[in-house]
Amino acid sequence: MSISEKTAAVVRRPRWLRVVGALALVSTAATVWLGLWVTPPDAVQKNLVRLVYLHPPIAWVALYLAFGLSALASLLYLWRRTRSMFWDRLAASSVEVGVVFNALTLATGMIWGRPTWGVWWTWDARLTSTALLLVLFLGYLALRRVPADPEVRARRCAVAALVAFVDVPIVHFSVIWWQTLHQGATVLNANLSPTIHGSMAWTLLLGFIALTLVFVWMVGVRYQIEVLADRTGAERLEVSLAERWAEGELESPSAGGNGHGNGTTGSPVRPPTRVGQ
Amino acid sequence: MWRDALLVAGKDLRIELRSRVALWQVLPVAVLSLVLYAFALGPARHTLAAAAPGLFWLAVLFSTVLATQRSFAIESGEGTRDGLRVSGIDPAGVFLGKAAAVAAELAVLQVVLWAAMTLLFGVHVHTAWLAIVASFLATIGLATAGTLYGALSAGLRVRETLLPLLVLPVLAPVLLAASRAWSGALTGPVSSGESWLRILGPFAAVYLVVGIVLYGPLLETA
Repeated sequence: MSISEKTAAVVRRPRWLRVVGALALVSTAATVWLGLWVTPPDAVQKNLVRLVYLHPPIAWVALYLAFGLSALASLLYLWRRTRSMFWDRLAASSVEVGVVFNALTLATGMIWGRPTWGVWWTWDARLTSTALLLVLFLGYLALRRVPADPEVRARRCAVAALVAFVDVPIVHFSVIWWQTLHQGATVLNANLSPTIHGSMAWTLLLGFIALTLVFVWMVGVRYQIEVLADRTGAERLEVSLAERWAEGELESPSAGGNGHGNGTTGSPVRPPTRVGQ
Repeated sequence: MWRDALLVAGKDLRIELRSRVALWQVLPVAVLSLVLYAFALGPARHTLAAAAPGLFWLAVLFSTVLATQRSFAIESGEGTRDGLRVSGIDPAGVFLGKAAAVAAELAVLQVVLWAAMTLLFGVHVHTAWLAIVASFLATIGLATAGTLYGALSAGLRVRETLLPLLVLPVLAPVLLAASRAWSGALTGPVSSGESWLRILGPFAAVYLVVGIVLYGPLLETA
């Protein structure tokens, strides 16, 4: 089945997205170069400190940017005056990219934690709430995969995103209390507290910019895929509807003109009552 | 809104009283889970007594999933949801009614579980008011958040597997706070238990408000 001109137009990425993609690539490459070769190793952590250019920016994208944007977009979808599928698609794209970054936050954190703390995992407040957040938004993605009418799915997912978002501060505070009542202060703060070298500060700043650009680019591309999926779904429905109609046209003369009312031929002219998903 | 809530809650509880599904299925599973926890941890009294608050709330948490699933299974009959929708009942009333019915079931469940735990694990409450206040707030939180997610996954073919994934991470703070509060009520210190009410209270209030506001849009989608 060929895709129409309208759909093909979506395949071509808009100019701003290509510019953002190029900038993301350049800034990420610059961060890697500065982080691995230019900046000095740390006095205490040696080369391990280089994770500081990667881990906090990833966490910033996952925990604040992605989930904040999805909550905002969901709210704007539910609000009648601004309701449009744009917000639904934006929220979905943002959550999906956010879940990837959230998993990366945990992975880079664990890789950093093993040599510095000696364990892959500790029941630190930030670690625990980040892990719970990942599961919360995996639930959102699972809900999104359930086949439903796009409007129904959009409303359901918007409610789910908001309800999950409301839970985030409660989870965070409860886990912090759980820690302070049981094990004492968190260890994660210690890594960033010493005053850092000038070139290190600039590299860290560049890391934040680079990963923010990567996030914007990924959400943009994911949004386009969502639009394409909706378009091709609708087109496929139209095509198969037309095919069924054509079958009906062919069969109706042989069924005896007006004789398709008695039900023996399965009334081929009537459009199918249950179509697609 | 309140009258509608009473009507819906009355309907749900009457169905439960007559069908006895909650009584003969959810309740035995909850008590059974206490026995299974003891198998998993070993029969030593002090181990069980130390773990008792957490195990109690874990049993309540899983029962909440069952109770909310049941609460929406009774709405899944032919045209029941449409009937409810066209009856002119305020969506907020439906939410409050269903949540109240779930809360009432959970309250009964907690009394039975508590009796079972006293017998099986040999634990006693030292500060009764703390245990009761914590239970009250936690039950409101569990019932409201559970009902919200129950409505979200109602009518979906995969609801049995989807609901636990959606609702358990959201309810995690309740499990944490309620077990710590009960730990304070059972063995002390009371002050550390008391501070956890500051998580349970806001959780209950937030999900009560969120449910009242968002239940309308959810009911439309069915």
